[in-house]
Amino acid sequence: MPITYTSGEQVEVYRFSIPFNVLVPAAALFLQAWLPRQFPFFAMFDLPLLVTIFFAIARRSPVSGLLTGGVIGIFQDALTGLPIGINGIAKTVVGYGASSLGVKLDVENAGARLLVTLVFYVVHEVVYFVVARGLVALNLQWSWPHELGAGLANALVGVFLFLALDRFKQRT
Amino acid sequence: MESVLGRYKNLIVLVAVLFAQVLGLAVQVKRTTDTDSSRLIRVWAVSAITPIEKVLVWVETGAGNLWHNYFYLRGVRAENRELKQQIERLRLDQIRLNEDAAQARRLQVLLGFKEQFVSQTMAAQVIGSGGSEQSRIVYIDKGEHDGIKADMAVITVNGIVGKVLKVFRSSSQVLLIDDQSSGVGAILEKSRLQGIVRGTSAGEVVLEKVMNDEAVQAGDIVRTSGGDRIFPKGMPVGVVTRVSNGTGSDLFLNIRVRPAASLSKLEEVLVVTKVVEKEPTPSEAGPVRAADILAQRLPSVPDKPATADSNPPNDGAKAAPAAPQPKSPDKNALPSTPQPNAAKAQDGAATPVRKPGTVASPKPGASGTVLPKSEPAPTAPAALRPATEQKPAPPPVKVSDPSPAPKPRQTTPPPASPQPSKPQDGPQ
Repeated sequence: MPITYTSGEQVEVYRFSIPFNVLVPAAALFLQAWLPRQFPFFAMFDLPLLVTIFFAIARRSPVSGLLTGGVIGIFQDALTGLPIGINGIAKTVVGYGASSLGVKLDVENAGARLLVTLVFYVVHEVVYFVVARGLVALNLQWSWPHELGAGLANALVGVFLFLALDRFKQRT
Repeated sequence: MESVLGRYKNLIVLVAVLFAQVLGLAVQVKRTTDTDSSRLIRVWAVSAITPIEKVLVWVETGAGNLWHNYFYLRGVRAENRELKQQIERLRLDQIRLNEDAAQARRLQVLLGFKEQFVSQTMAAQVIGSGGSEQSRIVYIDKGEHDGIKADMAVITVNGIVGKVLKVFRSSSQVLLIDDQSSGVGAILEKSRLQGIVRGTSAGEVVLEKVMNDEAVQAGDIVRTSGGDRIFPKGMPVGVVTRVSNGTGSDLFLNIRVRPAASLSKLEEVLVVTKVVEKEPTPSEAGPVRAADILAQRLPSVPDKPATADSNPPNDGAKAAPAAPQPKSPDKNALPSTPQPNAAKAQDGAATPVRKPGTVASPKPGASGTVLPKSEPAPTAPAALRPATEQKPAPPPVKVSDPSPAPKPRQTTPPPASPQPSKPQDGPQ
């Protein structure tokens, strides 16, 4: 799996148009709220997380990544019945981690993206679990098979999603 | 210093953002009501998402209706035939159930139960979900403008769905019963054991707080108990699918419940906007005692001129507490049986028992009640007419004294008057 170590100067940094920056996260949030009504199994996917990872890796700016993740997570929380901030914290961490990784590694190919998405999905779930249990006292159960299965499913969707979103990248 | 800040800029920003969110989270958790800061973000998010969802649902429903109502009518005739047969069967069932219900109402009168009725509902379309496995909520297309309020029950024809959690201008958030933060007072239909229906983190529904030594079987029907003050009593919750003993020192059974409503395929729901509480009345419970009707009519009888032998029963009726009681052999056995006093007469209807503050629903059975068979047929409707119909000018009906003492002045009682001895024979 060709994850190559590159220096900061070697990796390419991308930017996106303002409408793209707004519409893609909004569409991800909308679909996340809309699709589980039609297809209940879709609740296992986390489109806002995939979008967070995509932006973080493409921009390769930790501050931008964590802010994007935080905002997306907060709005995702707003659509749930839970306190606002659980997804916000988890996606902030993921945004920071993914963009930091993007600075160090070249994760442009499908295999690397699959692996990175899987890892960050698990990271997201761990942070979510800790915050939800530790701060909000939600009674969540941790299940490795479920988390890994969902992580793999999200990673597969992520590969195709990233390919679609790559078309809108603009070189800096 | 500047170099340190520059070097760890990313980390500092990360810590600052996380700290701010943790702080915000702590404030929300501490607060019991979600009103201020977080509400604004929720309003923004919901206001942005729900209009699009509404449009999509509208298009989807329209297309579906067009297809089902105009194009795809195959098999409708056969279905119609089956439905007609089903209606016949249901009519027979209804007759039987009416008998059972009437009996139950009579018993409830005896026990003075207060019933809850769903008197007003509002149909709403499910337009979206929370999109999370941890938070099982849905959004409906009715909100504050439509009169929806928090904590209203949400049901389907199959069973309960959840309750309204948050209300926005034109949409509302509904917490489903399979969410782990929900709780519904429930009762097992057969054994009458009470418990609490909750959701689990895995999205299952369980019945809690049923002791280990109780007999609960798979297939038992779970209904609402009404104890949560949200769901009216007796609505279907689900069916018990699995029962197991609690682990270790757990005193309670683990009871899994399959919800009666299909929570994952909700399309249209009913929001219970008004629940009426009332006590069942004898008119609903069964035949009315002639003594009660007589007692209601007594205050309407015009005063007679004061004579030496003025009618004592009329005076007694006005002095409410000391109203004359028709002789009832089982009077003491029915403490909740309506007493013929002035307060009841002022109530104005043929429903003698009603607690203050409760709303009485229309009583179609009141006019359809029948007197004992021994009553003359033409007199029955007049005797059953509520006292209000006779006000403000009461008819000059001479009412015979329920007491057995003979009245020399009332030699020819009108046919509309019930006979004093008959009420005692009538059903209670």
